[in-house]
Amino acid sequence: MSVLLEILEELHDDVDYSTHTTLIDDNVIDSFDIITLIAEIDDRIGVTIPADELVPENFNSYAAISALVSRLDDDD
Amino acid sequence: MINILEYLEETLDEIPNPNKVAFAGADTSGRTELTFHELSGLGRACGSYITNSGIKKRPIAVFMQKSPSMIAAFLGVIYGGCYYIPLDSEMPAFRIHLILETVNPSLIICDDVTSEIIAGWDVPLPFSCQVINFSEVCKHTNDEVALANVRVNAIDADPLYVVFTSGSTGVPKGVVATHRSVIDYIENLSTVLDVSADTVFGNQSPLYLDACLKEVYTTLKFGASAYLIPQSLFMFPVKLIEYINDNGINTICWVASALSLVAGLGALKAATPKTLHTIAFGSEVFPIKHYNLWRETLPDARFIHLYGPTEATGMSCFYEAVRTYETDESIPIGHPFPNTEIILLDDNSKVPEDGQPGEICIRGTCLSPGYFSDDEKTVAAFIQNPLSAFPDKIYKTGDMGRRGSNGELYYISRRDHQIKHMGHRIELAEVELVANGCDAIGLACAVFDDTNSHIVLYYVLSESVAAETMDEASNKKIKSTVRSYLKKNLPRYMLPHNIYQLKSLPHTPGGKIDRVKLLEQYKTERM
Repeated sequence: MSVLLEILEELHDDVDYSTHTTLIDDNVIDSFDIITLIAEIDDRIGVTIPADELVPENFNSYAAISALVSRLDDDD
Repeated sequence: MINILEYLEETLDEIPNPNKVAFAGADTSGRTELTFHELSGLGRACGSYITNSGIKKRPIAVFMQKSPSMIAAFLGVIYGGCYYIPLDSEMPAFRIHLILETVNPSLIICDDVTSEIIAGWDVPLPFSCQVINFSEVCKHTNDEVALANVRVNAIDADPLYVVFTSGSTGVPKGVVATHRSVIDYIENLSTVLDVSADTVFGNQSPLYLDACLKEVYTTLKFGASAYLIPQSLFMFPVKLIEYINDNGINTICWVASALSLVAGLGALKAATPKTLHTIAFGSEVFPIKHYNLWRETLPDARFIHLYGPTEATGMSCFYEAVRTYETDESIPIGHPFPNTEIILLDDNSKVPEDGQPGEICIRGTCLSPGYFSDDEKTVAAFIQNPLSAFPDKIYKTGDMGRRGSNGELYYISRRDHQIKHMGHRIELAEVELVANGCDAIGLACAVFDDTNSHIVLYYVLSESVAAETMDEASNKKIKSTVRSYLKKNLPRYMLPHNIYQLKSLPHTPGGKIDRVKLLEQYKTERM
């Protein structure tokens, strides 16, 4: 399992991340989760998400978050 | 002045345009706005409905989504000569039921979303109570004679609302506020914040806490305006700053964690909230590095530290911070508002020498009369002032403080297990009470790691569950059950960040659960 998926499963183990594409719109991930998510991605993957990337589109699905993390990782 | 409605009525007489928007916000139906004129109309219709139903000086629950209509419902309850119990659509059913059982309201005012929530409750209400949609109530014809009659009989010691805060026995306790205590607060707060008709508030606090008084009643008093900021914007701080700028918001009174989130996620580097000129913060310690970032971003703005418990209605102390601070310094809580006195008392009920710690006790018109239907807790917290030889109540906050060399006050710490998390007051006992209600849990203990603001729950399995053979898969399943149970029954801000299953909980030599050891264990594991 990818580290990112592990982090997400720790937040909500009852969500099917392979199909869910409205994590933000449906309030599955809320403001408490976002803080944890960003901190854990920084800690465990070593990718810092800058404030201007914090937009709903980047967090609505596992695929979107994963794409964001890869893109930022490549920029390093 | 006797009644808080006088603020709205005087404003309507004085403002050049009664169709100025007072409150703007959004609910599931989209953007909603209410003008001062509309607030008065909706309030009077709702008040007429209440008096015509024969309800007098009774608690009325307002269970709605955060919206301008919810504020109109508050005013309606007051026009009807009653007092409101604000409940939120995000609160878990378990907590709402505990609150409703305590207050036994005569009426529950709801909206389209919350009426569906009520219909979905699997446990019926333990008492008979009328439930009505606010949109229906508002169709009622005004009965001006009845409304006037309510006001003739009103006094300023009448209750205005009861808000519920976490209780140390695990059951939420209701803090009663009166018209008098709220008027006292609004008069003094608005002077400190320098509120005027030009003030545009950006409200962050939920409407079920006394924290929202800052925006609600000051807006009515001055003919100002307030935007109820959608909660979702606090996840996306650059968008939040754009919202502030787009709406010309110039004054915010936020919990420190909301300001911290904006600074901590780097949003102040990406965007500047350039319309802001007054930033008040409180309810918890504001990390200095985040405070400094805000100050450096907005060097010309006023930064005001507020401190106060719900029991003294809103806030009790303020300090205007005019410089950046070193990270080992703390920002004072300053001085009490006018007409409020702060007394520090040591364990012998004596005033400690300057610089020495003492419990912060509050005296003044701002004090709540006590807790709803709970004499025992009221007597324990609202005590006779030991410095007075006549009947004189003070409120013991449970917060320790000290006076600095210039007489200004500093907050030190709590005396007990109460914590502040995301601006909410939480008794760890309440988290434990809910956890202990889960079938799989034998005994639970909650601790708080203040270095990273994590609530952590440790538990042992109940005998019936533990008796079954355990493998890793079934343990994982139980943990998942516990997690969903907590999610269902605890407010979001009380939800533990981590949960751990143990074979047994450590105990102190005296036989109590060893919380210090559990916290140490948590911190070690995180390293």
